[in-house]
Amino acid sequence: MRHIISVLLENEAGALSRVAGLFSARGYNIESLTVAPTDDPSLSRMTIVTSGSDEIVEQITKQLNKLIDVIKLLDMTAYPHIEREMALIKVRVPEAADREEAKRLADIFRGRIIDVTHDTYVIEITGEGSKLDAFLVALDGFTVLEVVRSGVMGIARGDVALQI
Amino acid sequence: MSESSSSFTAITGAEIFCRSLQAEGVEVVFGYPGGAVLHIYDALYRQDKVAHVLVRHEQGAVHAAEGYAKSSDKPGVALVTSGPGATNAITGIADAYMDSVPLVVFTGQVPTSLIGNDAFQEVDTVGITRPCVKHNFLVKDVKDLAATIKKAFYVATTGRPGPVVVDIPKDVTADTCEFEYPESIHMRSYNPTSKGHTGQIRRAVELILSAKQPMIYTGGGVILGRGSEALTEFTRQLGYPITNTLMGLGGYPASDKQYLGMLGMHGTYEANMAMHHADVLIAIGARFDDRVTGNIEKFCPHAKIVHVDVDPSSISKNVKVDVPIVGEVEPVLRELIKGLNENGGKPDAEALATWWKQIEEWQAQDCLKYDQTSELIKPQYVVQKFWELTQGDAFVTSDVGQHQMWAAQFYRFDKPNRWINSGGLGTMGVGLPFAMGVQFAHPDATVGCITGEASIQMCIQELSTCFQYQLPLKILNLNNRYLGMVRQWQEFFYQGRYAMSYMDALPDFVKLAEAYGHVGIQITQPGDVEGAIKEALAQKERLVFLDFITDQSENVYPMIPAGAGQNEMILV
Repeated sequence: MRHIISVLLENEAGALSRVAGLFSARGYNIESLTVAPTDDPSLSRMTIVTSGSDEIVEQITKQLNKLIDVIKLLDMTAYPHIEREMALIKVRVPEAADREEAKRLADIFRGRIIDVTHDTYVIEITGEGSKLDAFLVALDGFTVLEVVRSGVMGIARGDVALQI
Repeated sequence: MSESSSSFTAITGAEIFCRSLQAEGVEVVFGYPGGAVLHIYDALYRQDKVAHVLVRHEQGAVHAAEGYAKSSDKPGVALVTSGPGATNAITGIADAYMDSVPLVVFTGQVPTSLIGNDAFQEVDTVGITRPCVKHNFLVKDVKDLAATIKKAFYVATTGRPGPVVVDIPKDVTADTCEFEYPESIHMRSYNPTSKGHTGQIRRAVELILSAKQPMIYTGGGVILGRGSEALTEFTRQLGYPITNTLMGLGGYPASDKQYLGMLGMHGTYEANMAMHHADVLIAIGARFDDRVTGNIEKFCPHAKIVHVDVDPSSISKNVKVDVPIVGEVEPVLRELIKGLNENGGKPDAEALATWWKQIEEWQAQDCLKYDQTSELIKPQYVVQKFWELTQGDAFVTSDVGQHQMWAAQFYRFDKPNRWINSGGLGTMGVGLPFAMGVQFAHPDATVGCITGEASIQMCIQELSTCFQYQLPLKILNLNNRYLGMVRQWQEFFYQGRYAMSYMDALPDFVKLAEAYGHVGIQITQPGDVEGAIKEALAQKERLVFLDFITDQSENVYPMIPAGAGQNEMILV
């Protein structure tokens, strides 16, 4: 089963490689991993999307907790939560009709066009992974030059908060 | 240098290093100098509180520090230079990680300005060691040095112990700042659990008392957690049978009648059969290693399991348990004893009597029997004689292979911290440097190293260290001219094709020992075994290398073959 694990860890050199190294050394799946400092610059927050049986995910959380740099973690999957991913997509739009169609599709998916040249658009789109997938399918008729996906971020709904 | 641990005049990083070690009460550092640690060596030279032991290879330094730590209640400390100094130390660090040995390993590093430049003797030590340390640090500013050393010792020695590497660039050891060693340290990200959960203790007590066919299975955690006294009290109060893992030997007195011997691949028939038939298994400070469980599908099929461990990730990792208790072994055992007394219930005496009767039948198999009439020296006999002649009270290290199993089977340890071996990583070559570390921790004790002609050659250069420091080790080389355990597996599972397991062109170990300044004796007749060991023990001031020419065809029995269950042992 797919799990989204959010981790608060010390914002120190090497902390990311400890987590990445743990996943490769123990053969755990890793679908995506995002990390950035939080409002407290001494802390980083990482969102890991992984999959495995209950036993494996239990081991993953225990092994993550065992890392000295990890302060706290939360398996979002156990709670109602919101997940978001962002994609930046560069498409070729040489004709006026292409530009109109790209704009129309972006609007439908609540994307935004954030860069325009005479024959390319860069579209920014945010949502769950499945929405991003659907948008890419919708762009099927276009020449897609580049796709950048951020990986998933997650946050629990309501009072549940991952904080120290 | 002043006695106080704080100083308001600036001192160098190298001096801070020495003062920090003094503040930690470190008595001895095992190490080897090199360019990146020259400032540190100069500072060590100019103080006299921390002794330095010069090994002959950095691997030996880390293993010696392990031997020191495993046989005492102090962490081991090693100091090596950058680059090859650090890479040579890796095997020792990995060994310490697998066996949870509290170590602090200091590695020199190229100056901060050169890091990442492929400088002379540069490696990414923090990167290379990351998968095999409990934690590691790169100190980039002399102002962080003292606090980092404090953290390193704290992390290495608390919770589930383990090795911590502190990588110190050369310029940091030359830079200066005021020195103040922190009294205590708080890390928001590291708070090991010590006391067990009260509700879980109560559930465990109820389950333990409900047992008809109980079994206590304990591991290295009992030794590391200094829990053997509490374990003995707990076990005797219940009257239940007990087995120790390879790492847990000495955790419970081997001479006690409740003790069934070691379990696992080369454990006793009675211990493994009792595990297989148990209805309640009480696992304490043990991690359900594959060499213990055999085929996991067939492991303890009837048992409800209580598992006490300080490391939550050890619980339900290999085997799903029913009552997990996260906490330090000693306090949890005390709480369990208290819980037993408060509960007031008694074990089912009738069921227990029937259970013991069954166990006695298994014991009657006499699974460790071997040919006592052979004209060749039987390796088991050598270990047994060494045990008798040292009254079971020596410190014994071993290397890895058949001799290790015979040492574990035939040297019966009544006390913890006496048996020093490489259980997790299975590192050949550890025996001699382990023994050096043990002798430094216990200068007056008898320290034996039970080894084989293959393992001993992996760190043989440390015989030179032993001469320099006049360490009167007793080396028992069980010389069968084979990589014995490899040969045994090839005999059993590869139709006797002995690929590369034959040790051709062995050195003359007697001359080799003598070349290093020691006493060497070769023993070829069973009748000479006792006399040779006596002579070695009588030579109180000298290292004696006993080269026993043993029966080449001897195998370690009993044995659980790979993939089999604990009830499927091969007996002799």
